Amino acid sequence: MDRRYLGFQPTECECWRGSVKQRFIFSKYKHYYRAMSPSVPLQEMIRAIRSARTQCEERGVIQRECAAIRAQFRQTDNGGRSHNLAKLLYVHMLGYPAHFGQMECVRMIASPRYSEKRVGYLGAMMLLDEKQDASLLITNSIKNDLSHSNQYVQSLALCTLACMGSAEMCRDLAPEIDRLLRSSNSYIKKKAALCAVHIVRKVHELGELFVPSARSLLSEKNHGVLHGAVVLITELCERSPETLERFRKTVPDLVQIMKGLVISGYSPDHDVAGVSDPFLQVRILRLLRILGRNNEAASDAMNDLLAQVATNTDSTKTVGNAVLYETVLTVLDIKSESGLRVLAVNILGRFLLNNDRNIRYIAMTSLQKIVSTDHNAVQRHRGTIVDCLKDQDASVKRRALELSLALVSASNIRSMMKELLIFLSSCPPELRAQAASGIFNAAERYAPSKRWHIDTILHVLTTAGGDVRDETVPNLIQLITNTSELHCYTVHKLYRELLTDISQQPLVQVACWCIGEYGDLLLKGECQETEAVQVTEDDVLDALEIVLQSHMSTPTTRGFALTATMKLSTRITDNVDRIRSIVSIYGSCIDVELQQRAVEYNALFKKYDHMRAAVLERMPVIQKNSLGQTNGELSEEPIKESQPGKVKQEETALPQQPAGQVCDLLDLLGGSQEPLQPSPSVGGSASTQLTAAPTSAGGDLLDLLGGFEPTPLVPAPTVTVYEKNGVTLTLSCEQQSESGLTVTLTASNSTDSDLSSFTLQAAVPKSVQLQMRAPSRDSLPAHGGAKLTQLVVLNNPNKVNLKMRIRVSYTCQGSVVQDTVQVDSFPGL
Amino acid sequence: MADVLLSDSQKAESLSPPSAVTGGLDMNSSLGQSIRFILIQNRAGKTRLAKWYMQFDDDEKQKLIEEVHAVVTVRDAKHTNFVEFRNFKIIYRRYAGLYFCICVDVTDNNLAYLEAIHNFVEVLNEYFHNVCELDLVFNFYKVYTVVDEMFLAGEIRETSQTKVLKQLLMLQSL
Repeated sequence: MDRRYLGFQPTECECWRGSVKQRFIFSKYKHYYRAMSPSVPLQEMIRAIRSARTQCEERGVIQRECAAIRAQFRQTDNGGRSHNLAKLLYVHMLGYPAHFGQMECVRMIASPRYSEKRVGYLGAMMLLDEKQDASLLITNSIKNDLSHSNQYVQSLALCTLACMGSAEMCRDLAPEIDRLLRSSNSYIKKKAALCAVHIVRKVHELGELFVPSARSLLSEKNHGVLHGAVVLITELCERSPETLERFRKTVPDLVQIMKGLVISGYSPDHDVAGVSDPFLQVRILRLLRILGRNNEAASDAMNDLLAQVATNTDSTKTVGNAVLYETVLTVLDIKSESGLRVLAVNILGRFLLNNDRNIRYIAMTSLQKIVSTDHNAVQRHRGTIVDCLKDQDASVKRRALELSLALVSASNIRSMMKELLIFLSSCPPELRAQAASGIFNAAERYAPSKRWHIDTILHVLTTAGGDVRDETVPNLIQLITNTSELHCYTVHKLYRELLTDISQQPLVQVACWCIGEYGDLLLKGECQETEAVQVTEDDVLDALEIVLQSHMSTPTTRGFALTATMKLSTRITDNVDRIRSIVSIYGSCIDVELQQRAVEYNALFKKYDHMRAAVLERMPVIQKNSLGQTNGELSEEPIKESQPGKVKQEETALPQQPAGQVCDLLDLLGGSQEPLQPSPSVGGSASTQLTAAPTSAGGDLLDLLGGFEPTPLVPAPTVTVYEKNGVTLTLSCEQQSESGLTVTLTASNSTDSDLSSFTLQAAVPKSVQLQMRAPSRDSLPAHGGAKLTQLVVLNNPNKVNLKMRIRVSYTCQGSVVQDTVQVDSFPGL
Repeated sequence: MADVLLSDSQKAESLSPPSAVTGGLDMNSSLGQSIRFILIQNRAGKTRLAKWYMQFDDDEKQKLIEEVHAVVTVRDAKHTNFVEFRNFKIIYRRYAGLYFCICVDVTDNNLAYLEAIHNFVEVLNEYFHNVCELDLVFNFYKVYTVVDEMFLAGEIRETSQTKVLKQLLMLQSL
């Protein structure tokens, strides 16, 4: 054996000794002999490869075969060339490199024999792609083959062009394809149509070239050609709107064809399970969808047809359902009449009840798209959708969850929430976050009562506490402070939760905060809403200490717990020393944040003891700043404590934020570019403000931080709308969102006498929604001693011209004064 | 018409949407073809047929094959036949030990492609007379011919089984 000739590579077997080696090498030689033979069938090689027992053996066999094939390629004329290339392609399919076959493909394509051409083209499709240079070489061959007399050769060329034709090739050969589109051979026309589709995708402007031929192809009888033509027209219409316009005229023809398919009897060629050529039907429906979108005339022409298809198609088999599904999609997308839409939604409803999971899945996908427009229709199927939450397939669950959340409304909130909470406890982890935030949104919008709302949020926090978003904690805190009647109930409930489980961080944070705030209510031991638990001060402090020391608590949670402990120092009587000792221990904690807090609290005990009571007073009610903004802007301490890390981040991120942002505390602190002031001074300034104006219920942000904030928020432009008798009313407004607006009314009094019972009322045009917040005070002292602010939240979805009529009424020196002013233009809008 | 073509082509060099030309793993062009690729794999992950209708590098192709295999083989009868992954979806059907997967655009009709798979398998069955996996292995080039008869340029081409079979028989005689 001449090894050089074979390109033979020695294997590990050569180094074996003894008879084993003899036998082994002999058998290998036999194998090589076979590989050398040009006409060894492909099958032999495949068998050899399959019989290899290990990966290494297989690699060895393949290497040997490749070497043999390479040698064969180098020979110029060889009868078994197609076999060799086929073997190479098999090797390629297994994943081994086969680049050296590319030139051989090119050569084979140019050969006159059909069998060689076939394998050559197959090789071209598998081994060559746009990026290879060799692909350019076959352009000429393809061109010649496109005009070959044998239709099979033509079809090979068309196939290859459609599969891997690059842009240049397409440009060169497009006229040929167009000619073939007009040929009389339907076999060729079919392929040419799809080839044209590929060309249009690669080189968009060539679409123009194919328009006339495509139009004429529509009158074909051959289904295959028709199919290709419809695909081509779909592609052309999707690419360019002008072509779309032109093809609108073909809608009647398409309708006719569809009618033929639906009504006419059994056609054995294209029948699939009783539906005649469902694939063609689906494609025509899709084209009709594109043509009828946003166009009344076209949509009208299709209405009857769609109704007919919807009612006549047999829906027991998948094919029928496929056609029905496409019909439904079309109906929902074009401007169809309402009766038809109802029919479509009913079909989707029927799908939902189908046993086949596939069909339920796609029904839900489609319902998702229309739930906003045809809400009532979808509501009817709510029960089935909620049942799908319990399905075992994760994608079905996901769809059901999205739909259920979209279907929640004020009337069904209680029952839906029950189902959703059950789902949350058993849902797969990847859906938890979505489910939790969806539940929160729904609860916020439709909560029937505050207590229910708080209960729901607590339930979610216990089941899926780890997956909720960060702003849940301040949101919940704000909600709790706003429902003052439930403070007692809330703190009792949270205390019980804290005792059972301290692993869910958001829950623990909220619980600590509440216990800190309302510890006195807890210790009083009585509560109307729920059975009270008798706790002593030691128990409470124990609970907080467990949180402080547990390894499960994050630094944030520890911060909460420490502050809560501190706050309790004013609310309990006996164990102040215990608190003092806890606080001083943490003065040498490794965590810098905790250490800072502990040191400051220590200072509060020692030097500023006189201020302690005022500093640690009950928090003012947190104003929710309009329309879904993250709230808690006005209460400094909880927010600072719950998100110290977040605020530091905001500092660096916020310089990019526009100055006209909402009165967000975090923005302010960041926007000033100053390092965060340590809390005692905030506490200090806040306490001075609090002592100065004890009645102001967390009113104006700028007032509270007036002394502290050197560079205030760029104020929204204000305009004076009313000035009479010494009473001045100014108005400033800010756009919160697309349709939401916050208007701030400020009133001041420059007369010599105090004005009491000062109220403002507002009226707006009908389509605008109005919500007035509580005013900051209800009296105006003389000489502008204090200002009164009131926030008005407006929602203007129809974007009408905004006007507001404001009525001012107050009592001055015993007499009631009322006045009205109309505001026609809003500053900053 | 001719001058419009010329000037448009000069303009369109810069305006043509990038997604049409880049192969890569960006399969999100909604104006592209419906079918991205067709794969036949066995349970062990060996590819019996891979037909690509979009440009990919070899290593990307390999990665895709592995990913599809990983996603599809863990699913059983209680899952739907549709998988969403990356930014497209795969419609697959299992016949004995082989998974027939078609990767399509998210906007396509799932059920229609499910039927297309079944159509294809029925043609294979007729052609090979009770097809089994070994038939696909030993006659892989013939399988490619069948695929090319039924699917082209990323779309379904011929749906009539009888016509396809007639063509295949004629090709075989050449």
